[in-house]
Order: sequence, then structure tokens, then C-alpha cells
Amino acid sequence: MNQPSATAQNSAQYRIEDVSHTFPGTDIEALQNVSIDIKPGSFISLIGPSGCGKSTLLNAMAGLLTPSQGQILINGQQVDGPPEDVGIMFQKATLLPWRTTVANVLLPIELRDGAQAAKAHTDDALAIIETVGLKGFENAYPGELSGGMAQRAAICRMLITEPDVLLLDEPFGALDELTRERMDLELQSIALSRNATVVLVTHSIPEAVFLSDTVYAMSARPGRISEIIEVDLPRPREMDTLNHPDFARYVGRVRTALNEGHGVHND
Amino acid sequence: MTNNSRSAQKRGIIPAPIVNTAMAISRWFNNLPQVIAVALVILTVLLGWELIVRLGDIPVIILPSPSLVGTQVITVFGQLAPGEFLLGELWTTIQEVLIGFGIACVFGFAIGLWVGQTKFGQKAVMPLFVALEATPKIAFAPVFIAWFGFGITSKYVLAAFMSVFPIIIGTAAGLAATSEDELKLFKSMKARAWDVFWKLKMLRALPFIFAGLKIAIVAALTGAVAAEFIGGGIGFGEQIRLAATRLALDRVFALILILSLLGIALFSLVAWVQKKVTFWDSPNLRLMKKGKNSSLAVTR
Repeated sequence: MNQPSATAQNSAQYRIEDVSHTFPGTDIEALQNVSIDIKPGSFISLIGPSGCGKSTLLNAMAGLLTPSQGQILINGQQVDGPPEDVGIMFQKATLLPWRTTVANVLLPIELRDGAQAAKAHTDDALAIIETVGLKGFENAYPGELSGGMAQRAAICRMLITEPDVLLLDEPFGALDELTRERMDLELQSIALSRNATVVLVTHSIPEAVFLSDTVYAMSARPGRISEIIEVDLPRPREMDTLNHPDFARYVGRVRTALNEGHGVHND
Repeated sequence: MTNNSRSAQKRGIIPAPIVNTAMAISRWFNNLPQVIAVALVILTVLLGWELIVRLGDIPVIILPSPSLVGTQVITVFGQLAPGEFLLGELWTTIQEVLIGFGIACVFGFAIGLWVGQTKFGQKAVMPLFVALEATPKIAFAPVFIAWFGFGITSKYVLAAFMSVFPIIIGTAAGLAATSEDELKLFKSMKARAWDVFWKLKMLRALPFIFAGLKIAIVAALTGAVAAEFIGGGIGFGEQIRLAATRLALDRVFALILILSLLGIALFSLVAWVQKKVTFWDSPNLRLMKKGKNSSLAVTR
């Protein structure tokens, strides 16, 4: 049912309409009147201090929690439970230690369509594993992988179902700086080649600017969007982009937006 | 340290050759292969024991010398030959342990699931087992003899009773070991409850369950032998009791040695199965694989 195709055209459209969320039993507003319209195939980042509700918003988009107010639509349909065609990735790779890399990558298909279907997709899994540079580790167990390798395997697991939308919750937050930059480049090329819509939650300003078409700066208590910054840098972006004066300007703008959201004003 | 010993040498308190020799000897002991080191300790203990008994002229009924026990071990092994009576008694005890352990596994998993998976079990049943765990369970032995008679039944029931608790606690703790992240991952992939249980929770629980099983198999042996002591006139425990009433302590020690070997064998069997089943749980997976030249990836 999911034919592998690297040039999948997709038209997934996410709309977040006036979403507010208060966690049951508390009166802390994790999200307040958040509205975002995500263009198909675009890359957006949610950035902000802890407690700004960025992960809550991503979980709501993933159908893992129902916001107490407002609605989230995907292709015009209200999100009610994890939607089809959406892949998700967390800060921790969360690979199952008793499964080899291939078996971990095939897990989403196994859970959706059964073990037979998963077996039939083995070649797809091996191909994806090769594209992220894990060739030779197909039959390795997670205990044998480094942190960066484990996240690569988690990327493969997310991609095996050919999702149109990728929801990433600080996916490289636990990696060292150099590995992280390399992973960012790979993430960009994956998003571009699949024309995927990507929503990235991050606390790194350079990462948000480097990867995104649009950066949503958020503020905490209540969690809301304080500023929207369109990043108009040519794609594909490369390591050199980091040295571009425009890049530095965008980073400065996001930082200012975050500081203002924090109540710290630059005169 | 170095400064101190050097100044001690200078002042001539401890001459340098003595310090150096002592250090060399200590290094030699520390670098011994483990098998040889263990053998060395055992030999030393046996030798000391033998000397104390001989020089102290201690009677056999208080403490038999290792050489006497050794003679008895040979006799006992002779009685363990196929067709000999002691083999039958040993087989009786092994049966009691295995049946008791089997019953404990069934009930332990079931109650562990109940306690680990339901709020009611957690609230109402778990405290009961924690309280029971703190009681000396062996004190129930006469109760089981009264209920199930002098035959094999009362023995394996006590063995099961002794070994069920670590299995319950291991299973319940193991089911709680699944992380929030893993549950979220499965939820995001719309996993069915059946898959969440069998493909995540159960496998996560395995290392904990095995930890319980290893304690349980030894507890089952203790329970079986204790029940044999108390009544019935069957099994290996009865043989020990008989020898002890005759004050033949050399035979008692020899029989205990056989029981210890049985205990070690049973424990090792469970540990071996654990290593095979939860090989992925080893923190040294990477090192192991390097050492074994990638045999893990090939065989599994």
C-alpha cells in the first residue's frame, strides 16, 4: 500500500485554529490561542523557553493529546488520534533494545499491517538505512549503536511509512554540536527530496534558522506565539550558510523575539 | 604515598628490598587468573580446617575433617550411581523442586500481571504480598504437611510457596519498567493494546522476571528440603536428617555438598536461559560482540 518513492508529491496541509490547552488538574495555560497555517512542503520551527508549550503543541498535532480548546486540522479533517501519513521523532531515539536496526525500522509497519507486511518491506528498510549511512549496522542491536547512529535509525523508522508530515521533538537535542550539524544537513536533504512538511521543535536558535522557512518564536506562561520570522535563505542550505551575514541577522532577530517574549527588552 | 614510603626507606624503618618484595608478591596475587585464585582460597580454607581438627583433636560429631568428608563424598557418589537408593532420593527432591518451581511460575506470572497491570491489584493485593514477603515463609511448613500429608505434595507446595514471591514481584516491577517515551512511541504508531503488551511491556519486563526466577529456583530448593526435614521420610533432606540423628556429621557435610551442587546447577540453568533470552540487556553488548567476532549478529 505504501509504494516507496523518493519523489512523493504531497499536499498535507496542517491548520492549527485558535488552540488553547490547560492540563487537567492545573490552571497553567500550556497554550493560549495559537493559530498556525502550515504550507504543504514547508519547514517550520517552534522555538521558545521550556514551558512555552512547544512540545504540547507538537503532541496535539501528533494526535497524542486533545487540546482543551480549538482544533487542529490535517487536510481539512480534525486530528483525532495519530493521523495517517505523519511520522514523529523524539529527543530520545527510543529504539527497542531487543530488536536489530532493521527490525526497529520496520516496527511501524509491523504494528500497522502485521509481521508479514513488515517482512515484505525489508528491502525498503535496508535502502533507507543505507541513505542515512548506517549500512553495515542493519543487524546491530541498539546497545551497539552510538547516540548519533541511534537517532539515524529513529529517522529511518519515521520514514519507513513514507509520511507526508514529519513532527520532530528536539530530535538532535541530546547529540554533540558537530554530530547535530551533520544531522541537520541530512534532515534538510530528506525533507527536500520527499517534499515533506516538517515541524521541528527545538531550543537551538541556529538550528531553527538553518532549517526553517518559518520560525515561530514562542513565549511561556501562557504559551503563545510571540513572533513569526520568515527565513529567506536559498536552499539547499550548506555549512557555509552558517557564515552568511543574513544567517547571523536572522539568528539575531529570533533571539530578540525570544528575549522580548521573556520580558527582557533590548533598548 | 610514594613520598612516605620513600622517606620511610630513607630513614631505614622498612628496608627497600622488603618493600619491593612485598609489592611484587601482592602484584602476583592480584594478577592470578580467577579460577586459580578461587581454588587457592578454597585450598587454604580446607587446609586450615584440616589442621584445626587434627591439632585440636576435635571429635567427628562436632566437626569432621575435610579428609573425612572427602571420603564420605566418595561413598555418597557411589550411592548416587544408577539404581542405588540415594539417586532415587535425589530424584524425589529434584521432582519436588521442579514441580514447585513450575507451579510458582504459573501463579507468579498470573498474580504479577494482576498486581502490575491493574490499579486494584496494585492497591489491594500488592501490600499483602509485601507483608507476606516479610514473614519467615518456612514457618508455614508444618501447615502444608498438615494440609497435604507426608507425600511429595506437601513438599512441592512449600517449594512453590517459597518461590512464588520473587516471581510476583519481578513480574510486577518489570511491567512497570516500560518508559513513558516507549508508550508514547507505540501510541503514535497506533499500536493495539495486544501489541503494546507483547511487543513492548512483556519484553521490557523479561530482565526483571529473570531476576525473580533466579531467586525463586534457589528458594524452591530450600522449601523442598525444609519440608523433607519436617516430615514424610522422603527425599534428600530426609537423608541429611537421618545422618544428623546418627551424629555422622561427615556424611551430613557430604550430602550438603551434593545439595549445593544441585542448587548451583539449577541456578546456572536459569542464568543460562536468561543470557540466551535477554542477551540484548547486557551493558557490554558492544564489547561482547567485538570479543566474539560478530557472532551475535550472525546467529540471531
